[in-house]
Amino acid sequence: MRNHGRSRAGIWLMLAPLYLFTLLFVAGPLIYMVVLSFQQRAEVWGVVHTFTLDNYKNILTPVYLQTFVESFKLALTSTALITLIGYPFGYFMAKLPAIWKKRMMLLIMIPFWTNSLIRLYGWIIIFRANGSLDKILMGLGLTDSPLKLLYTYPAVVVGMVYALLQFMILAVYSSAEKMDWSLVEAARDLGASPLRAFYTVTLKMTLPGLLSGIILTFIPSMGLFFIADILGGNKVVLVGSLIQDQLMKAHNQPFAAALSLVLMVLTTLMISLYKRVTHSSELEGLL
Amino acid sequence: MKNRTKLPNIYLGIILFVIYLPIVLVVVYSFNESKISSVWGGFSLRWYETLFRDKDMFEALVNSIVLGLSSSLAAAIIGTLGAVGFTKITARTKNVVEYISMLPMMTPEIILGMVFMAFFSLLGLPFGMTTLIIGHTAFCIPYIYMLVKARLVGMDKSLPEAARDLGASETRVFFDITLPLIAPAIASGMLLSFAMSFDDVIISLFVTGVNVNTLPIKVYTSLKTGVTPEINALCTLMLAFTILVVTVSALLGRKKS
Repeated sequence: MRNHGRSRAGIWLMLAPLYLFTLLFVAGPLIYMVVLSFQQRAEVWGVVHTFTLDNYKNILTPVYLQTFVESFKLALTSTALITLIGYPFGYFMAKLPAIWKKRMMLLIMIPFWTNSLIRLYGWIIIFRANGSLDKILMGLGLTDSPLKLLYTYPAVVVGMVYALLQFMILAVYSSAEKMDWSLVEAARDLGASPLRAFYTVTLKMTLPGLLSGIILTFIPSMGLFFIADILGGNKVVLVGSLIQDQLMKAHNQPFAAALSLVLMVLTTLMISLYKRVTHSSELEGLL
Repeated sequence: MKNRTKLPNIYLGIILFVIYLPIVLVVVYSFNESKISSVWGGFSLRWYETLFRDKDMFEALVNSIVLGLSSSLAAAIIGTLGAVGFTKITARTKNVVEYISMLPMMTPEIILGMVFMAFFSLLGLPFGMTTLIIGHTAFCIPYIYMLVKARLVGMDKSLPEAARDLGASETRVFFDITLPLIAPAIASGMLLSFAMSFDDVIISLFVTGVNVNTLPIKVYTSLKTGVTPEINALCTLMLAFTILVVTVSALLGRKKS
């Protein structure tokens, strides 16, 4: 107990880097974003420090509101497709024998860790006019001219689904893996149809994973502007693309800050709703 | 379990095929002699030669490695000390700081990029390697912190206590007992951090200077402006590197258990 004071000082010394870094480089920028969103852009470059609500009014103008709606629709479409494809995948994966679970995990992790640009580039090769897909379809006689899929809306959706699918798979898998399968059997023994057993037992028990997967895919799909950029060729504009344009091209920092803040509030609302529904403090399958 | 069909396995197989198809195509076309990627002109290594002669590309590679190493190391130090320190105190600020430090993981990357860019220009920091390292460290800390924290929770608490009873100082306990026990968590956290930093496009685009390119930024620019098979060669090498890292970490994990 004699060196109690000294070891307490020691602990604060250990914590100092985290406190300093977090307050300066995470809290600082986020607080600045809030402040910035209420300020005015200068005529040419920079920011004028006067209070204004113009940036938020600006978001409500039809052009920008439209972007939010479009971006939201794209995120919904992608998330729905990811759920349809990813949920069964994670579920079936959890039912595999132990050795295959491990192998499957490795097979899923490799593309997950592969640079997302490399994976997108693969889709460019597939979608390009006279690319792989056109050749196959024309070879089979299904189409007689190139489909010109690159730089279209469906191409962006495929890119989104492809980039984010693993999040859903891993989240559902980690939920389903922990599940007690004897409960399903019990339900079946008691006369429940497979569908009813799935609905009343399996779906309920994998709900945290499913919801976590939805959040982990929905949130990024509002912001992944480079997918829209590369596969959509400026035809598809996300909230993310808008923020990037305002920052890099229009040099309108306050408006970009307001857009970011609105996006961040939406995100936070979704996560807290998740915590409310599932009574858990962390997202399932995040690590 | 008796009436198990092959259908689930077929489903898993088909989805895996679609997941790997684009990656395989990138690799295959990196060995294509022809410059036009829709035409197969025979096997060739010429794009690898071009790549190795490309000085800009080499510079970007060095930048990416320096950035990945510095930010994962900084995040490892800050995150580990923080996680260990937080187990010992019950300060009122604890939960708040923990929550804030986890925010970069919950925030869409585009927002992080935006706020970093605005804040760094407010501070007048020179955009380049420094700002890149700060930005990447911020999004790496949560991963290290969470992995180390999980490991600490599962740790046998009697060990450090015994060492203390035997007269070891706090510093000694940390280096002799705690650190070796949490080392695997730190290692896998750093591996993950390095991979994330090596992969990052969005935040890097916002916080980099005019003259500092990383590999993902190079790839992004060329995908937007016009791709040469040189990019295929680069992607193939990056892919080989990723597979190596994932395999090594999987092997490390097996040894542990």
